[in-house]
Amino acid sequence: MRKFNGGKLGLFILMKGVRMVTLLVAICFISFLLVKNSPIDPIQAYIGADMLKVGPEQREKIAEYWGLDQPVMVQFLNWGSAVLAGDLGTSMIFRRPVIEVIGERFFNSLALMLSAWLLSGVVGFVMGVIAAMKKGTWIDRMIKWYCFTLASTPTFWMGLLVLMVFSVWLGWFPIGMGVPAGVLSEDVTLMDRIQHLILPVLTLSILGVANVALHTRQKLIVVMASDYVLFARARGEKGFALFWRHGLRNVALPAITLQFAAFSELFGGAVLAEQVFSYPGLGQATIEAGLRGDVPLLLGLVIFSTIFVFVGNLLADLSYRVLDPRTREVRKI
Amino acid sequence: MSILEVENLSVSFKQYTDGFKEINHKVISSLSVTLEAGEILAVVGASGSGKSLLAHAILGILPRNASISGTIKYKGVELTAARLATLRGKELALVPQSVNFLDPLMRVGSQVRTASNSEDVVSAQRKVFERYHLGKEVESMYPFQLSGGMARRTLLSTAMVSGAKVIIADEPTPGLDPIVIKEALSNFREFADKGCAVMLITHDIESALQITDKIAVFYAGTTVEIASVKDFVGKGEAIRHPYTKALWRALPQNEFISIPGSQPHPSSLPPGCLFAPRCEIATPECEQAPPDMRELRDGMVRCIHAT
Repeated sequence: MRKFNGGKLGLFILMKGVRMVTLLVAICFISFLLVKNSPIDPIQAYIGADMLKVGPEQREKIAEYWGLDQPVMVQFLNWGSAVLAGDLGTSMIFRRPVIEVIGERFFNSLALMLSAWLLSGVVGFVMGVIAAMKKGTWIDRMIKWYCFTLASTPTFWMGLLVLMVFSVWLGWFPIGMGVPAGVLSEDVTLMDRIQHLILPVLTLSILGVANVALHTRQKLIVVMASDYVLFARARGEKGFALFWRHGLRNVALPAITLQFAAFSELFGGAVLAEQVFSYPGLGQATIEAGLRGDVPLLLGLVIFSTIFVFVGNLLADLSYRVLDPRTREVRKI
Repeated sequence: MSILEVENLSVSFKQYTDGFKEINHKVISSLSVTLEAGEILAVVGASGSGKSLLAHAILGILPRNASISGTIKYKGVELTAARLATLRGKELALVPQSVNFLDPLMRVGSQVRTASNSEDVVSAQRKVFERYHLGKEVESMYPFQLSGGMARRTLLSTAMVSGAKVIIADEPTPGLDPIVIKEALSNFREFADKGCAVMLITHDIESALQITDKIAVFYAGTTVEIASVKDFVGKGEAIRHPYTKALWRALPQNEFISIPGSQPHPSSLPPGCLFAPRCEIATPECEQAPPDMRELRDGMVRCIHAT
């Protein structure tokens, strides 16, 4: 029976894998076409301010060298086969392999996104639970008001606000970047990094709680009005024990799923927050690559963020299948 | 002495219509029943007559927008909210209608264990499962894996394991095959024979008659008759209230005739006798004022014409 169960899960992951591959191919193709049709001239982006010194013949030579004179489809296939071979090209602005840039940036962003993800998940969940258990009281109204207000607040604006209050006025935290300026990289301590991380994480979390709090509140209200909670009350259960035994397990699952599915929003939020705080993460690299026409880096980031969001959704799906006995045990029968 | 007495119970719900207008829906009005130790009382009535609410009112688990008047006494002492909080699940237990009343994400065994008040909850749960022929594997199942009969026996187990003196069973039989129904009902009989009391809330007068001692007939939120099971014989000559007679005659093995009309909605109750609009023997007098419950031939009836 176990084996059969494992086989089912294997098939599920295989199907998801096929879906991801097709998605990636489609995303790559579309982004490639978009970049090709955008007003970015890769040669100009590459050469930058020295453009005046480069004559038309030299331009053509570079175009030929890079294969820019070939049809779009051929260019796409050339790029695609290089990507398949693991070569994402060289970033023009960083003059380093794209894969290296993404790897380094990802590590920074991961620290930011993971902390924001955990913090907003836990705080949002607790807020939702409190609001639902105290439904209709002032505390519930406060939490709802907070969530509705913040759900409609842009990330960059919140980032600026946080920056103004905590860095400029109060001076508690550094104004931006990932490490202190003017310090050798080997002298940067973990504390320094954490200090620089706090404000971006705060910005992302302040906004991230709204979604999970409102969903948790709604779901818990439904659970507390359900027949099984009524029956639990009839058996003498009440208060916190009742919530712990029946509320929590029924409301945690949707919250976890929702939080995994929010990976895309997290990524989108990180792009803006990193820009505001000049935090050297993936988001900031994306904006730089877009503004300065770094095509290889941009396409590499597109691939990477697609995988990131896809994995988030996959984890959301898997968490349901693994944690919910109704989908887990049914496969055993 | 009666173990449970419900006197003059009324339950109404506050509802807001058109946004601001507040209306009180009276779903149970001046209801009185008593439950003796060692006895099964069936509360019989059509669906929508407020039967489940009676169970919830006794256990004090009505929704917040409900208000109650009247008194409920347990062992002769009034059941206040505070007293109820200590007795609920210990002395008074509910057997709910369906498997939906079990937590969908909790193993059945642990749910029965939380209902137990004994020292060793695990062995108490195993004992009661064995008693109701639930295998050891059922313990670690989730509610969705139970069959109808297993779910019924599990729900029953939660009440039995608690060691309650009074069990209120809300519609324990619908959707079950006759063998399981018979088994469930005989479990109640056995429980009552041990000196406890059972209130069996049902719309199935036929199976209720097989095991109960007394029947309270429920109509539009109140009792119209309390009769002994012995009265339900032949053409129902011994039955007091016209509605009870109509129920009896509607059974397939009797005349199989139902009366026209339906029970009034709580928002538009008739001013006089609640059954008057559908009653064959109604007179203008019936529409004047709601009749009181009165004693008649060792039973109770709420009808001025009953003899």
